Amino acid sequence: MSEQTTEKILEIDNLTVSFDGFKALNDLNFSMNVGELRVVIGPNGAGKTTFLDVITGKVKPTEGKVYFQGQNLRPYNEHQIARMGIGRKFQTPRVYLNLTVRENLDLASNRQKGVFRTLLGKPTKSDRRTVNGLLETIGLTAKAELQAALLSHGEKQRLEIGMLVAQSPDLLLVDEPVAGLTDEETENVGNLLLALAQSHSIVVIEHDMEFVRQIARTVSVLHQGSLLCEGNMDEVQNDPRVIEVYLGEQEEEAA
Amino acid sequence: MNAEVGNFAKRQQQKKQQIIELAIAIGLALVFAIVMPALLSAFRLKLLGRFVALSIVALGLDLIWGYTGLLSLGHGIFFALGGYALAMHLKLQLPEGQIPEFFTLYGVTELPWFWTPFYSFPLTIVAIFVIPAIVAGLLGYLVFRNRIKGVYFSILTQAALLVFFNFFNGQQKLINGTNGLKTDTETIFGVLVGSEGAQLAFYEISLLGLLLVYFLCRWLTTGRFGRLLVAIRDDETRVRFTGYDPTGYKVLVFAISGAIAGVAGALYTVQTGIITPSAMEVAFSIEMVIWVAVGGRATLIGAIIGTLLVRLGQTFLSEQFPEVWLFFQGALFLLVVTVLPNGIFGWARDWGIPKLRSLLGLQEQLITYPALEQDPEIQQEREELER
Repeated sequence: MSEQTTEKILEIDNLTVSFDGFKALNDLNFSMNVGELRVVIGPNGAGKTTFLDVITGKVKPTEGKVYFQGQNLRPYNEHQIARMGIGRKFQTPRVYLNLTVRENLDLASNRQKGVFRTLLGKPTKSDRRTVNGLLETIGLTAKAELQAALLSHGEKQRLEIGMLVAQSPDLLLVDEPVAGLTDEETENVGNLLLALAQSHSIVVIEHDMEFVRQIARTVSVLHQGSLLCEGNMDEVQNDPRVIEVYLGEQEEEAA
Repeated sequence: MNAEVGNFAKRQQQKKQQIIELAIAIGLALVFAIVMPALLSAFRLKLLGRFVALSIVALGLDLIWGYTGLLSLGHGIFFALGGYALAMHLKLQLPEGQIPEFFTLYGVTELPWFWTPFYSFPLTIVAIFVIPAIVAGLLGYLVFRNRIKGVYFSILTQAALLVFFNFFNGQQKLINGTNGLKTDTETIFGVLVGSEGAQLAFYEISLLGLLLVYFLCRWLTTGRFGRLLVAIRDDETRVRFTGYDPTGYKVLVFAISGAIAGVAGALYTVQTGIITPSAMEVAFSIEMVIWVAVGGRATLIGAIIGTLLVRLGQTFLSEQFPEVWLFFQGALFLLVVTVLPNGIFGWARDWGIPKLRSLLGLQEQLITYPALEQDPEIQQEREELER
């Protein structure tokens, strides 16, 4: 992961996705390096979630191509792409509510995802160690045997991030990880993401500008399905086009 | 490391519980196998045997509905296929060169080709569960591959049921159409199927079948596979994005459920004395769903309890108040759906037993609010402080 930092983990060429003529993504170009932590921002309806849908195979591109580690993702469906090493966290936490925290992590960390291997295989010692390690990372060791339904919203967010990591993906896609969290929880999630960024490439989609400032190195701004601009936080904030479509309101609020 | 130790202790405890459960189940089965034949008249025993056979199909239904979230309204297909397989074998207990009598009514002189394998007893036994499994697997594959879920899946299974029902009804020349296949007057291993001895044997075999199917379902629903079924039920999209392909899992579990229904159908047929296409009537397949709902979904034991209760109720009420039974059944279903969404067993587990324990003083009284004694984080901190 860390050997060639110039290698592209994700490359998107002239990507267009249209739903009945409405272009959710319009001629989008995007690329990021291995090991990068990238934040994608944009106003509502800018196509951020569609962007993740295309990468994870939920939506097929109308035109254009998505390359993951140099491989075109078009022929693969969701579970194959997930096995190739892309993990996705949804906007609202989606964990299996009727399973315990440990069981949630165990399902995600299972290396053998075929039907019969899952039926006949037993969790190995290293699987169990991985799960215990993850429980510590996400701070849920004490609640390992609780049903996920009993967790608070913030704990579910952390659990879902833990499940992503359990898949041991190369690329993490995180959709609004701090929506609805308290300030303290937001900071926890931010630190968790920063820690993960040391060994993973991560794309974070976010609305919360405070949070973006906490974690962002490079920010990409989406607007009406296209890439508006890209750069570090200061550059983006001072870009007149960005101020016009998005940050303008926020700046006024802050002032 | 603390977690490791706790986890280990938990697994030991689970193992212990499993052994206790195994002992209870075998004990109960033995009681039924030995005591009931002594207590009940031959007629009543036959009824009980039929209910036991029906609770097998309920287990299969619970496996796909309760655990995997696939509500099948077409399990009559698999049930009937198993029943027909065994009935065809029994029909073929004839001297060399003869064909079953009903064929002559329709001017058929040669045995249809698909009857031939049923001359063999071992092949018949295999067919009883393999044919329904293949049909279920194929149907499931087509439906699940196209990501048809929820109510659309239920409608499709019901449509398939109607197709099978009409097909079997119309094929006099192949399988005697509406009249079905009578088994009572046939012989198995030289014994008359309707005789008391044979019926007792079928009762015992049904009990054994129920026990085996129960443990099969237990095995499938515990461990990773079972947790994945629950995960598919609760959030299939998440399962995909975790790297599992739900299609294979759903096809497998649906096929297993079909096979279980086939076994139940075969056992039911020999204890009823006849199999007709009416086993594929819509109402019967829906009744199966009611058994599971009444007993409690995703509990397995609830499926058995539900079947026995509903069917016993049906027997007694229809003997006392004929024609009114259907109203009782409807009322029961309404009651369960509105008041006991988790069924009888679910209610007992979630409410009844904890209540009983607290009334008997077995439950620890909580002295703080919020319940600090039960907060795992506080417990962990306390343990660390003590060390």
